[in-house]
Amino acid sequence: MPTGMDSVGGASDNDAMITTPTLPRPGPQSRTDLFVSFTLLALQGFGGVLAVVQRELVERKKWLTQDEFIEDWAVAQIMPGPNVVNLALIVGGRYFGLAGALAAMAGMLAVPLVLVLLLAVLHARFAGNAQVAGALRGMAAVSAGLIGAAGLKLSTALTRNPMPLAWCVAISAAGFVLVAVLRYPLIYVLLGLGSLGCVLTYRRIGP
Amino acid sequence: MSAPLHLVLDWSDWLSLFGHYLLLSLMSVGGAISTTPEMHRYLVEQHHWLTQAQFNESIALAQAAPGPNVLFVALMGWNVGLNAGSMTAALLGVVVTMTGVLLPSTVLTFAAAQWGQRNRDLRAVRAFKQGMAPLVIALLLSTSVILGGASGDARHDWPLWLLSVVSALIIWRTKVHLLWLLALGALVGALGLV
Repeated sequence: MPTGMDSVGGASDNDAMITTPTLPRPGPQSRTDLFVSFTLLALQGFGGVLAVVQRELVERKKWLTQDEFIEDWAVAQIMPGPNVVNLALIVGGRYFGLAGALAAMAGMLAVPLVLVLLLAVLHARFAGNAQVAGALRGMAAVSAGLIGAAGLKLSTALTRNPMPLAWCVAISAAGFVLVAVLRYPLIYVLLGLGSLGCVLTYRRIGP
Repeated sequence: MSAPLHLVLDWSDWLSLFGHYLLLSLMSVGGAISTTPEMHRYLVEQHHWLTQAQFNESIALAQAAPGPNVLFVALMGWNVGLNAGSMTAALLGVVVTMTGVLLPSTVLTFAAAQWGQRNRDLRAVRAFKQGMAPLVIALLLSTSVILGGASGDARHDWPLWLLSVVSALIIWRTKVHLLWLLALGALVGALGLV
């Protein structure tokens, strides 16, 4: 397919080369590395793992660039299933195929599953404790803030989008109002605004 | 807590539970949490396999614990099993619900991701991935606001909201490790300041 605007269209590889011009790309070394890395990542995720995936995978491990993270997150979000588990599948599968996908997914779930069951057993004893309840409430509030921070950081990627920045901001703002304020069902927002973004982009990066 | 349940579940019930979670998996666009209303209808209202309190606790505990929020599904299975009378049943409940909720979505997502990877140069694939970017960002910000404001009342809960906003600004602008902020949140909460 002739794509004269490839540099603008920004296949993610181009961005990767811009941000890391000479260094070899960091990536998981093995399936064990995937399992361990996703386990450690999941264990930091009090109140949900979404708050930590961007920081761990993009900023600390640098397995993904910001743009790649957004692209993978789009797929993780639009496919059925828990988003962070989907992301683990996508990242693991890219490096080591099915085995890598399963290793990453198992890392995300296995140890936290054991922990949460232990917590459930302990919970009855501490349920009435005001300090424990308060601590959980405080951590949940921080976690909500962390997810917001991930959104703010990734928003800089919009300046590199094939769509003009104003269109991107308009779609983002409309999506925020529909989901966070009006509480529209996600599926309609994904289908409606998502398709709009895809069609506009398709035209912009056209042959 | 409402009256404890004592269930007798036979194989057809476990199969029904498994089948229901397979279906929920296919419907869980946007995460398993988006199907909680349907889980509530099925487990609490229709079959009376969980009490309202157990349902709420399953979600709250999984959110507080480290790990993906989807683990609330495991806790629901665990509690259904406990209601049926034994640890063994509880573990069976975990296996049934978690396998059900993950199997279809995992197969679909893996297949889609591999296909997308092989065809990443197609114009349509690039358009999809880049065209979704503004919405991805909107959804992250929305999730933050919805989770942060989940408890509602602004006059009463403003310290919680302030904590969320301050955490967001610190992480956005600095390289502080997330665990420090979470520990701080736990401390502030335990002291009863929020």
